Amino acid sequence: MPVEYPSSGGLVAEHKAVRSGVGIFDVSHMGDIRIRTTKKPGGALDAVQYLTMNDASKLAIGQAQYSAMLYPEGTFVDDVIVHRLSEDDYLLVINAGTREKDINWVRQTTVDFDCTVEDLSDNYTQLAIQGPRGVDVLRKLTDANLDGLRNYWFTHGTLCSLKNTLIARTGYTGEDGFEIYIPADVPTSERIWNAVIEAGKEFGILPCGLGARNTLRLESKMALYEHEISDKINMWEAGLERYCKMDEGEFVGRAALEKARGVGLQRILVGLEMVERGIARDGYRCLNENGEPIGVVTSGSPSPTLGKNIALAYVPPAMSALGTLVYVEIRSQKCKAQVVATPFYKRLKKASAK
Amino acid sequence: MSYPTQFRYTKEHEWIEATGDLATIGITDYAQHELGDVVFVELPAAGTNLVTGKTFSSVESVKAVSEIYAPANGQVVEANTALQNKPEVINSDPHGAGWLVKIKLSNPADFSSLMDAAAYEAYIEEKKKEASA
Repeated sequence: MPVEYPSSGGLVAEHKAVRSGVGIFDVSHMGDIRIRTTKKPGGALDAVQYLTMNDASKLAIGQAQYSAMLYPEGTFVDDVIVHRLSEDDYLLVINAGTREKDINWVRQTTVDFDCTVEDLSDNYTQLAIQGPRGVDVLRKLTDANLDGLRNYWFTHGTLCSLKNTLIARTGYTGEDGFEIYIPADVPTSERIWNAVIEAGKEFGILPCGLGARNTLRLESKMALYEHEISDKINMWEAGLERYCKMDEGEFVGRAALEKARGVGLQRILVGLEMVERGIARDGYRCLNENGEPIGVVTSGSPSPTLGKNIALAYVPPAMSALGTLVYVEIRSQKCKAQVVATPFYKRLKKASAK
Repeated sequence: MSYPTQFRYTKEHEWIEATGDLATIGITDYAQHELGDVVFVELPAAGTNLVTGKTFSSVESVKAVSEIYAPANGQVVEANTALQNKPEVINSDPHGAGWLVKIKLSNPADFSSLMDAAAYEAYIEEKKKEASA
């Protein structure tokens, strides 16, 4: 996936297309790991429960959840989307950059469980169709019932004559949208890509690149590996406890997190908005009023939707209250910012039909 | 967009146009294209001394920061403050209204190390080939 598509008019145009219309992302680089029970019912669930921090026992067939795999230290192997395909059958969608590490981790961590682990990453191309008009585009291409499909649920249907295609109402943009999983061969991938573009023309669809993917997920405060989450950052610090079954059973990392809960946090992830002119960027230092380093920016960018310069940063808990002034060091200059509520952008839910 | 023949160009994609000992500096069309939507420009104050090859400004798009290097020695007489409210002019008119600073040259004759338009166009053709290779 390129950073931006010149034919789309660039990053900002792509970003706005997703917020107000529809965009398509080639996310074929994402990895897919399938975990299935070998013999006794429940084996796959036991493995997934031990492997991931969210409560997979809550998943109905056809439902997905945001989750993460943790190291015993309570830090991140990767974040994942867990899909329950059938009774004893789960699909974990993982990041591209961590694929080798992830698959090895899944295999070694589940070795004592009654399950098989398959790396299906090379079998599927994932395309993300994101934005409020995404549903209108897909409706033209599939017989699947999309209107009955709620956020973080998925279904199977015929899509552009591909039978039994997994269509999930998920995404990484903070907007309504879908991720579809199609056979990875180039002719099929290209055919579906082109079909979606063609079907989306009347809705102003644009192909979108990594740049827009990053600004969209940042506005929605969705974590990016090696930025907001990493093998150095624990679940509490990243503020992901609503996705963690701390008190609902054993999983890798739980004991360390329990201990960390008692000790208290050294740093916590906050949203910043620049007050003075300047753009905070990944890796810039956060300073206090006296110019002493207190933390670091994990992601920062102008926000195309808000027209402000926003950032996510790790700061000490004492500096994390809304409205707290924090300074970002930008090319040796101290630039004023303040802690603001996150997500920076939240889509308006459609009013319920009367 | 064509590259004006009266300009001289750097490998870092700045342009400079001199009239006597006064010169105007900006970034090239190629540079603004690479950068994408420009949203922020940091400019030096009048009186600032520019040193050849040293950074004196930065231009930021949504996706990246680009440092701007001085193509010649000189002192800033005027910065294009209109860019602070309309940085996107760098995208729409990089060789004209999107200029960054005007400087008084320390040594007006010394552009020998810079490229003329033909050499610069050949240079960016090479860059484009590298990028698509």
